[in-house]
Amino acid sequence: MTSKKSEKLIDKKGIRLDGRKVDEMRPVKMQVGVLPNADGSAYLEQGRNKILVGVYGPKEAHPRHIAQQDRAVIQCRYHMAPFSVDERKSPAPSRRDVELSKVIREALEPAVFLEYYPRTSIQVYIEILQADGGTRCAGITTAALALADAGIPMRDLVVACAAGKAGGKIALDLMDTEDKVGEADVPVAFMPNLNAITLLQMDGNLSVDEFTTALDMALEGCKKLYAIQKEALKSKYESIEEAK
Amino acid sequence: MLKIPLFYEKKQLVTPGDLLAEGDYVSGDSTYIENGKIYANRLGLVDYDGKRVHVVALKAFYVPVPGDTVIGKVVETSPGGWAIDIKAPHLARLRASDVVERSFKPETTDLPSIFDVGDLIIANVVAYDRTRDPLLTVREPGLGKIVRGQLVEVTPTKIPRIIGRQGSMVGMIKRETGCQMTIGQNGLVLISGRSAEDEKLAIMALRKIEKESHTSGLTDRVTEMIKNEKKSLEDKKT
Repeated sequence: MTSKKSEKLIDKKGIRLDGRKVDEMRPVKMQVGVLPNADGSAYLEQGRNKILVGVYGPKEAHPRHIAQQDRAVIQCRYHMAPFSVDERKSPAPSRRDVELSKVIREALEPAVFLEYYPRTSIQVYIEILQADGGTRCAGITTAALALADAGIPMRDLVVACAAGKAGGKIALDLMDTEDKVGEADVPVAFMPNLNAITLLQMDGNLSVDEFTTALDMALEGCKKLYAIQKEALKSKYESIEEAK
Repeated sequence: MLKIPLFYEKKQLVTPGDLLAEGDYVSGDSTYIENGKIYANRLGLVDYDGKRVHVVALKAFYVPVPGDTVIGKVVETSPGGWAIDIKAPHLARLRASDVVERSFKPETTDLPSIFDVGDLIIANVVAYDRTRDPLLTVREPGLGKIVRGQLVEVTPTKIPRIIGRQGSMVGMIKRETGCQMTIGQNGLVLISGRSAEDEKLAIMALRKIEKESHTSGLTDRVTEMIKNEKKSLEDKKT
């Protein structure tokens, strides 16, 4: 990484390319129950990210051999639309898509009571309509909302947020350019009520101190997102509340 | 009053993971217990019933319980019986021997002539647990193929409210609209009345219950609504 490029990401006043401060998140919008044909669904916008998630199940597992006798399985597909990035992306699952599907599935599994519904599968389809960095985190946040919307019992909602190092400083919720040009990225998925981390990755290099700062920052971000998540779930039923 | 902490008031909206109660409480529907603390596991409205803490989920799917009456759709016929979709995580089985005399021969009996794919049936759950698919029976009065009426779908968690205390709500709707109603515990309600208007009235009542299921004095309000609707219908006729 050339130092020239790094300097550009955050200016002298500590303002980032899109005008945010280092500990500031992109504006987030969440909505629940947007797809009537799916059992549960959610839509999220985080800055320029646009993500749609549909959930089905629990239902009989197909093909049969994937079924587990003691618990339900989650089948998760992370998919980027061909038009989600500047250069057309092939709609066929890439190595990255497969990896993210696995990572997201493993981030969601601890939150769901899989042992309640043996021999079934829960399908989670994460569709990235527009990508601008941090889509795995935003995908997890949205998927947790869709699971809750489907009425699937959960220990807690899962929220995810990334922090990283860009332009020599630790910053929250990196966008695409900061992720690519910057030094490091630490995505974290978190269950706030249980105080448990379900996903922790890092790409790039950070010192131990930097890593701890980034982790703390990401967890703070998660807590903010959690509040918005709960609000989104509740707002679907606001009209019912008023009918009292 | 119990001195043990409760964290929400009755009928407050909670989301998965919210801490509901701590200490000497019993965990009810849509909740779970961990280290003596009771949390919600679905989105819904909290309710305390003595020591029992439960959440009336705003959306849930049906989990079969032996003894339940359910309404299902035939999705598959095979020599041994039928596979029935009862909106549960598993397809239910209905054995041919349950319907046909004991001495039937799979080769000669024409099972699709009894129930064919697409038919709707009322059945009782005989057995269901973690290890096997739900098993149904139609060998009781009132069960079998549905020939007429309209089906209304509601969230299974709202079914107790539709039935009411000792069947007060459903009894009232039957009386007021003159419709026959069969309630499937899996969230399907069959309504058949003498006229389309009667059925429409019963459906309206169900929708109102579904929407306002958490409020008190609902039976009275639904009665009032049906009476008003009936009046306006008669006014139109004259």
